[in-house]
Amino acid sequence: MTASALVDWFVREILPLEAALMHFLQQNWRNPHEIADLRQDVYVQVYDAARKQIPTHPKAFVFQTARNLLINRVRRDHVVSIEAVPDLETLSIAADLPSPEHAAIARDDLRRLRAALDRLPPRCREAVILGRIEGLPGRAIAVRMGVSDATVSEHLANGIRALVDEIYGHDVQRKGQP
Amino acid sequence: MSAPDQTSAQSGGAADAEAQAALWLQRRQFWDWSPSDQAELDAWIGQSTAHEVAFIRLMAGYSRTERLVALRAPHVERSVLGRLFHIAAAVIVIAVVGGGALFFSEPKETVYTTPVGGRQTIMLADGSRIDLNTDSVLRIGSDVRRVTLDRGEAYFQIKHDAARPFIVTAGGHRVVDLGTKFLVRSKADHLNVVLVEGRARVDSGDDSGPRSVMLVPGDEVVATARDITKVRKTTQDLSNQLGWRRGVIVFQHTTLADAAAEFNRYNPNKIVIGDDAVAALKIGGTFPSEDPESFAEIAQYLLHLRIERRAGAIVLTK
Repeated sequence: MTASALVDWFVREILPLEAALMHFLQQNWRNPHEIADLRQDVYVQVYDAARKQIPTHPKAFVFQTARNLLINRVRRDHVVSIEAVPDLETLSIAADLPSPEHAAIARDDLRRLRAALDRLPPRCREAVILGRIEGLPGRAIAVRMGVSDATVSEHLANGIRALVDEIYGHDVQRKGQP
Repeated sequence: MSAPDQTSAQSGGAADAEAQAALWLQRRQFWDWSPSDQAELDAWIGQSTAHEVAFIRLMAGYSRTERLVALRAPHVERSVLGRLFHIAAAVIVIAVVGGGALFFSEPKETVYTTPVGGRQTIMLADGSRIDLNTDSVLRIGSDVRRVTLDRGEAYFQIKHDAARPFIVTAGGHRVVDLGTKFLVRSKADHLNVVLVEGRARVDSGDDSGPRSVMLVPGDEVVATARDITKVRKTTQDLSNQLGWRRGVIVFQHTTLADAAAEFNRYNPNKIVIGDDAVAALKIGGTFPSEDPESFAEIAQYLLHLRIERRAGAIVLTK
């Protein structure tokens, strides 16, 4: 399998599962600050495994990997309460949403992106609007905003991350909303 | 090269890999980019799978933000027709203001209604905010801190004023805020009040005399004509119950009967459960509230059901 076919496979089969994966991790792991790290670890393991052989059932493989990762974490890390484990045994079907939900989310990209944009800190939002929407290069954004190039880079990077999280459906389980 | 130096970057946790990937991506998109920059990026990606995966994920997601370009401010065309519209608009504004001055000289009640599937945010002059859910009716009198929920559901985020408590009347009960975020849902035979933050009190008048219940965050009160009961909610429950503000419905081990009823609050196209055996099946997950079709397809897939489509209804059977 070529490198670009591997990337295509990952983008097509694995990334669309992110909302469901995040949901699963949140349901089964107590520390919300570790969720992003866990998600990334799942991706790394799935990607490394796929280098050798592409799993025939990507979705099942992702959740099996996630499940094993959590169990190993619980065993390794005695700080975490062992109560987390029984939940894993009754892996809720909620964790395993099939694609129709993602189709619905995709139809709504613009509305969701717009909401995510509104939630960015004002200066960050301004940089993203000038860059991504108005199409200005970084240098011009810095001049318009009267800040350094490094600050613009920081704003753009943070803004891109927030928008991409939104794209992958993180809003569905965003915390602190009430 | 004017973008920040990234050579100091060390491979740490996932958050680091993603933060670095985002810096690389913006650098490639928005700043001068030479073949040597590309070589540097390739080398960074080659350092670990964590880097590679973080960059792939970000790049694929970023390409989908392209749709934001649709928000670009339109360039104003000053055509003759445009000017005519301006004149017409000016006339209308005058007419409305003129009429309005007559109309609103006497402070009166404002009624807010949302249709099935609708949602509305009401900002009050005192900085308080009310989010009105689907199929709801809310009345605000000349005193904005006295409101009535005639039907449906609303989420209140109230600016506290010790001298003037905010009072919601619904279904014969009164919710009195003491500095608060709370959810009120009025049903045919009972009222639900969920306190998210702050403190609040529910007052009920009934045959045996008035009674009051104090709420702390996480309390849900169910008040009927006869009694008031209180249950505890987890943070996750609260977040789920407020899902509608994000346009989603969240189920956790919910029966299909309840799930269908919830969807039907939001959509004219109703989900009908074919028989009792199907009604008792359970489902979980987060679903866009305006898309009963997708929900039905997911239920069909997970629970091995059949879907029958009739006029204005989606029927689920075994």
